[in-house]
Amino acid sequence: MATASDPPQGGFQFSQLIYDTRYRSMTIQVATLIGVLALFFWLGANVTQNLADLGKPIDFGFLGEPAGYDINQRLIEYDNQDIHARAAFVGLLNTLLVAFLGCTLATVIGVLVGVLRLSHNWLVARVMTIYVETFRNVPVLLWIVLAMAVMIEALPQPRDFRGDDPAASMVFDAAAFTNRGVYIPEPLFSRSLGDFSFFGIFDISIDLLAILAVLGAGIYAAKLIGRQADRIQNRTGLRPTTWYKTLGVIVVPVLAVLAILGFHLGYPELKGFNFGGGIHLRNSLIALWLALSFYTAAFIAEIVRGGIMAISKGQSEAAAALGLRPSRTMRLVILPQALRVIIPPLISQYLNLTKNSSLAIAVGYMDLTGTLMGITLNQSGRELECVLLTMLVYLAISLCISGAFNIYNQRVKLKER
Amino acid sequence: MTKKVFWGALAAAGAAASIASADTLEDVKARGELICGTSTGLAGFSAPDANGRYEGFDVAYCRALAGAIFGDPDAVEFKPLTTTNRFSALSAGEVDVLARNTTWTLTRDVDLKNTFIGVNYYDGQGFMVPKELGVTSARELDGATVCIQTGTTTELNLADFFRANNISYEPVPIETNAEAQQQYLAGACDVYTTDASGLAATRASFEAPGEHVILPEIISKEPLGPLVRHGDDHWADIARWTLNALIAAEELGVTSANIDELAASTENPEIARLLGTEGNLGEMLGLSQDWAMNAVKAEGNYGEIFEKYIGEGTPIGLARGLNAQWTEGGLMYAPPFR
Repeated sequence: MATASDPPQGGFQFSQLIYDTRYRSMTIQVATLIGVLALFFWLGANVTQNLADLGKPIDFGFLGEPAGYDINQRLIEYDNQDIHARAAFVGLLNTLLVAFLGCTLATVIGVLVGVLRLSHNWLVARVMTIYVETFRNVPVLLWIVLAMAVMIEALPQPRDFRGDDPAASMVFDAAAFTNRGVYIPEPLFSRSLGDFSFFGIFDISIDLLAILAVLGAGIYAAKLIGRQADRIQNRTGLRPTTWYKTLGVIVVPVLAVLAILGFHLGYPELKGFNFGGGIHLRNSLIALWLALSFYTAAFIAEIVRGGIMAISKGQSEAAAALGLRPSRTMRLVILPQALRVIIPPLISQYLNLTKNSSLAIAVGYMDLTGTLMGITLNQSGRELECVLLTMLVYLAISLCISGAFNIYNQRVKLKER
Repeated sequence: MTKKVFWGALAAAGAAASIASADTLEDVKARGELICGTSTGLAGFSAPDANGRYEGFDVAYCRALAGAIFGDPDAVEFKPLTTTNRFSALSAGEVDVLARNTTWTLTRDVDLKNTFIGVNYYDGQGFMVPKELGVTSARELDGATVCIQTGTTTELNLADFFRANNISYEPVPIETNAEAQQQYLAGACDVYTTDASGLAATRASFEAPGEHVILPEIISKEPLGPLVRHGDDHWADIARWTLNALIAAEELGVTSANIDELAASTENPEIARLLGTEGNLGEMLGLSQDWAMNAVKAEGNYGEIFEKYIGEGTPIGLARGLNAQWTEGGLMYAPPFR
């Protein structure tokens, strides 16, 4: 008898959305999603409505109005009659400058300290431990303010350089360390190629582009020489000496270009109230740069130390058994493997440094927070617009940094075949 | 059920948030104290004294306003605000009134949705330099490094002044007056620029005030005054007429010393209306009948407040100048109390 039970037929019932385990999780997810979206919509609508009630609807038109204020550190042409958007762009470039300088210096110090902390020399290892523990356990804002205060109070004023028997003098007659910043010689070209206008937004020096192009070509040539040396080494077991060739292809063409362009240095000299000529590295930039670098370097040092310690001892013993010297063991065996562990947390340190650079206003460094979030916000009174725009820009910068380093990470990570 | 409660609570919170600032006087009375935004510390205008009690020219206005509302000049909480966050604090309702030497401009009045309730100090932007530089005019400042408080009208005036005179300068933006002072004294900038009253106040706190000069050029008009939010005219009226009461009291010779005596015995109808012994001006404002009397009792009339905190007898040492009564050749002029 065919009494075997057929699966119950019948239409889909709404109660199944809750009582049927096949659908329940989906139901909960959809409900949560709708709830969250509704909450955000409610918040957004509320803000818009309240702003409209206040008579301040969201409007980005202020970005096109003249800014009216001056910015001391400008990487591109700017004066107080330019629009707010350009002032914000000047600030953005200042943010990128200090972030780039900071990440570079922090990496150098961090790797050095991380390796030295593992040193067998008791004193060196302890000193590095003290450095790491001091810097990473004090808020970075305090380091920034401290660096600024030290620069302002400890270094001489420009007017101390004046007179027959000045209280202060320039280093090698070329660089002046003052409490307004450091003045260093600037590169000048007597046969300059002029500037190249980037869509009329800003100018790029063609001299700089030419030098970079030649330098890039030189480095590529050096790489080719290195590869050829590899081939010879693989074939014969002997590595030819290449350092003079490498040095030659990198340095000689650059020197030639510099000579053709008529390179010479412009030295800073006292003019009126301040030094004129030369490059003025403002103390706000230096204080921010050094404080961010040393602070972040303490974290990077720990990441590097952790990365190195993650490599099993057998690796260095094997390298020693092959007869590699300790420095080569570190460079050829340990570090390439440690990088896989180091890079992911390193990216987040770079992101931290970039975001921490928004503390710049504490020392009056005109970064994006100082211009768009600071003066522009104050003069235009557009709080919400400025804050949203600034958040968006920082988000974009951070995503770019992490995107670029993720690509690098893909290249160095363990290839599993 | 719980969900309903949740959404109900949210809706109630939203509704409460949107009507919170509808009637400021009600809110202030319900709270039992006034919240007044002041500067983060400017000698003579608003700075804590040795006992931590806020004192100064701007602070005195807030105490007078608290006196007018509650009859108690101490029913006020002070919230120090920087130049950058003062307007958002006011518009967000964190403070009821902003008395923070703020310049009255069209943009701030109209576009930032504030209501300036009058001028309590007619000021102008000036420059201070160390005497040893030998500078006698602001036009000699070509190439100088100038310390400036960021987020102020002074920043724009400075740019305009140097552009109009076709000379260059290097701005050093600074957040607070204290930091500016530190940088200026260390010589990290040649010049400090802000309102002339602020310069005098800052100079008074130096160890050697005589070594610094304030240059003769006043490059802008800076009418400083208290302000409130747009949209509550009643509250603005109370704030405006409290300031007027202080100014009128000086004009009529009503001081904190003789006020009780005058209230009891005056024959002058204008004084009687001001002090509430005649007419019903207080009732019209929604305050008690002796509101103006309490306002003047708090710290004295306008002239007394001026002399006490920033006048020539104080370290700040400011002359009345434009801030004298109109009868004495100044600009202080209160509309009639009737």
